[in-house]
Amino acid sequence: MELELSETLQPVIDGLSENYPDKVIEVYQSSGDTFVRIEVDANIEICKYLKEEHHFIYLADILGADRFTSEERFEVIYNLVSLRDRQRLFVKVWLEEENPEVESLTSLWTSANWLERQTHDMFGVNFVNHPDLRRIYMPEDFEYYPLRKEFPLLGIPGSIELPSSTPDTE
Amino acid sequence: MDTKDLKNKVNPKFFKKHQESLYQALEDKHTTVEVLDSEDPLNTKMVLNMGPQHPATHGVLRLVLQLNGELIEKAKLDIGYLHRGVEKIAENKTYQEFMPYTDRMDYLSPYSNNVAFCTAVEKIANVEVPERAHYIRMIGCELARISSHLLWLGTMVQDAGAVSFFLWTFREREKIYDIFDNIGGHRFTISHSRIGGVANDLTSDAIAMIKDFVDNFPKELEDYHNLLDRNRIFFDRNEGVGVLKTEDALDYGATGPTLRGAGYAYDIRDFAPYCRYDEVEFEIPTRLEGDNLARYYVRMEEMQESIRILRQCLDKLPKGPVRADNAKQAYPSKDEVYYSMEGMIHDFMMTDTGICPPEGSESYHAIEAPKGELGFFIQSNGTGHPWRLGIRSPSFANLQVLENILDGEMVADTVIMIGGVDPVMGDSDK
Repeated sequence: MELELSETLQPVIDGLSENYPDKVIEVYQSSGDTFVRIEVDANIEICKYLKEEHHFIYLADILGADRFTSEERFEVIYNLVSLRDRQRLFVKVWLEEENPEVESLTSLWTSANWLERQTHDMFGVNFVNHPDLRRIYMPEDFEYYPLRKEFPLLGIPGSIELPSSTPDTE
Repeated sequence: MDTKDLKNKVNPKFFKKHQESLYQALEDKHTTVEVLDSEDPLNTKMVLNMGPQHPATHGVLRLVLQLNGELIEKAKLDIGYLHRGVEKIAENKTYQEFMPYTDRMDYLSPYSNNVAFCTAVEKIANVEVPERAHYIRMIGCELARISSHLLWLGTMVQDAGAVSFFLWTFREREKIYDIFDNIGGHRFTISHSRIGGVANDLTSDAIAMIKDFVDNFPKELEDYHNLLDRNRIFFDRNEGVGVLKTEDALDYGATGPTLRGAGYAYDIRDFAPYCRYDEVEFEIPTRLEGDNLARYYVRMEEMQESIRILRQCLDKLPKGPVRADNAKQAYPSKDEVYYSMEGMIHDFMMTDTGICPPEGSESYHAIEAPKGELGFFIQSNGTGHPWRLGIRSPSFANLQVLENILDGEMVADTVIMIGGVDPVMGDSDK
């Protein structure tokens, strides 16, 4: 598919494919948003390049997704914003089902901390070198990852210990 | 109290592992606050657990603070007490069915959430929305912004010690609720926006009420300014509290008035205009100080700008339909449903299957909610249910900022700083 890039996004994509020809897997557009899929091991390198060279200084979100395929099942999407050029760029990596692991972006943005914890909590993605990788919504005692497709909508009975309804009587 | 090895000293009654790891995280937190004496001969160190049932935490926010006297050495936030899993629910609902759930996320500005969700679905499914619907949505969004900021103002000033103020701002909110009641039939969770437009047109009664509100509210706003702008107590409580530098604000991911109060004019209404915000004139209030007072000014001026936008919307409000006239994309009007066979079938199909965005498409759309950038990321597999619906909630981003700026502040300012970033737990916990 032909890409219809805006004037400000064109140099970004050109720069990426020039500097990281082996690391950028595909560039595509969907509903007006531009997505760049890259190799898992290059996420820090490329995000750093985008931040320093193309002014993508604001990390709006990190999202996980379960593609439910046998290979490269999980997806982590970085939502980067260039405040100067008024552009949004989505950088994504695909992770293996067994032990999904990706380098943490906390060294580039402090805000990646909670966003990565959220993806870890919901999908079980491990972020390497994250300073405080705890669950964020679910308690630590919970063993499942709720947004994975195999997790039932109604939850798993007994998977979480509920507080006693009469706490004063031991 | 010795603050070492905390996790073995507390004996939690439930979620044992969770509590232990929270205290461990507090112990491990790297902080830049200088602590003079590690011996602590005066026994001034303690760990304070605040919330989740604390009335000043605006919901169910839990903070664990390590104190040295009155100084917060380091702080950890624990959220998730209101986690309902709306992203999981969304994957099992049609798009229109999910819309009322967005009301319950940021329950102080339901209209903005409806619009955020509907515009996101319209973007991925290529739905054209009639002009008039855009303007009605803008009116609703701006009213929601005023209502949300009024609640923030009331509670924040109450956190600073003034109780009667809360009642005055709630009197104004009551008027907005009455308007919403007239617009959509609900006072609180309105669910007025629909994919492809809005549920129904504004009645002349509603327009008269909005006009009345727009005429009278600036006077009230002036009264608030008169009361607070020279108030010594209010100033002392807010000035220089919770200072956030511009570069830090971007690094921590601050959004909405918190970011604009720290000096960066990032507003989605201007950054990527949705609805018809490119056709109205408004300023983006920005302050450089980054403290709580700056956030106060930003929100107060935002309310003024909202009134300005409302005036322009009322002037420009075009005539025409309020919902897309395409049975594959939007609900038919009730007139059609009750009096024609096709209308009935279309209504049934919309409820049963709903709108189906193209297979494999994905998109992100954000609006400027009162608290900041509220975005919905949708991945579609071609059916009427989203494959993945990710929500980027502003309160979540701002609470992370709070965790970073609490270190080194006084414990008495905690409450007012929570009020300053204005979190809504339903929003941040999803």
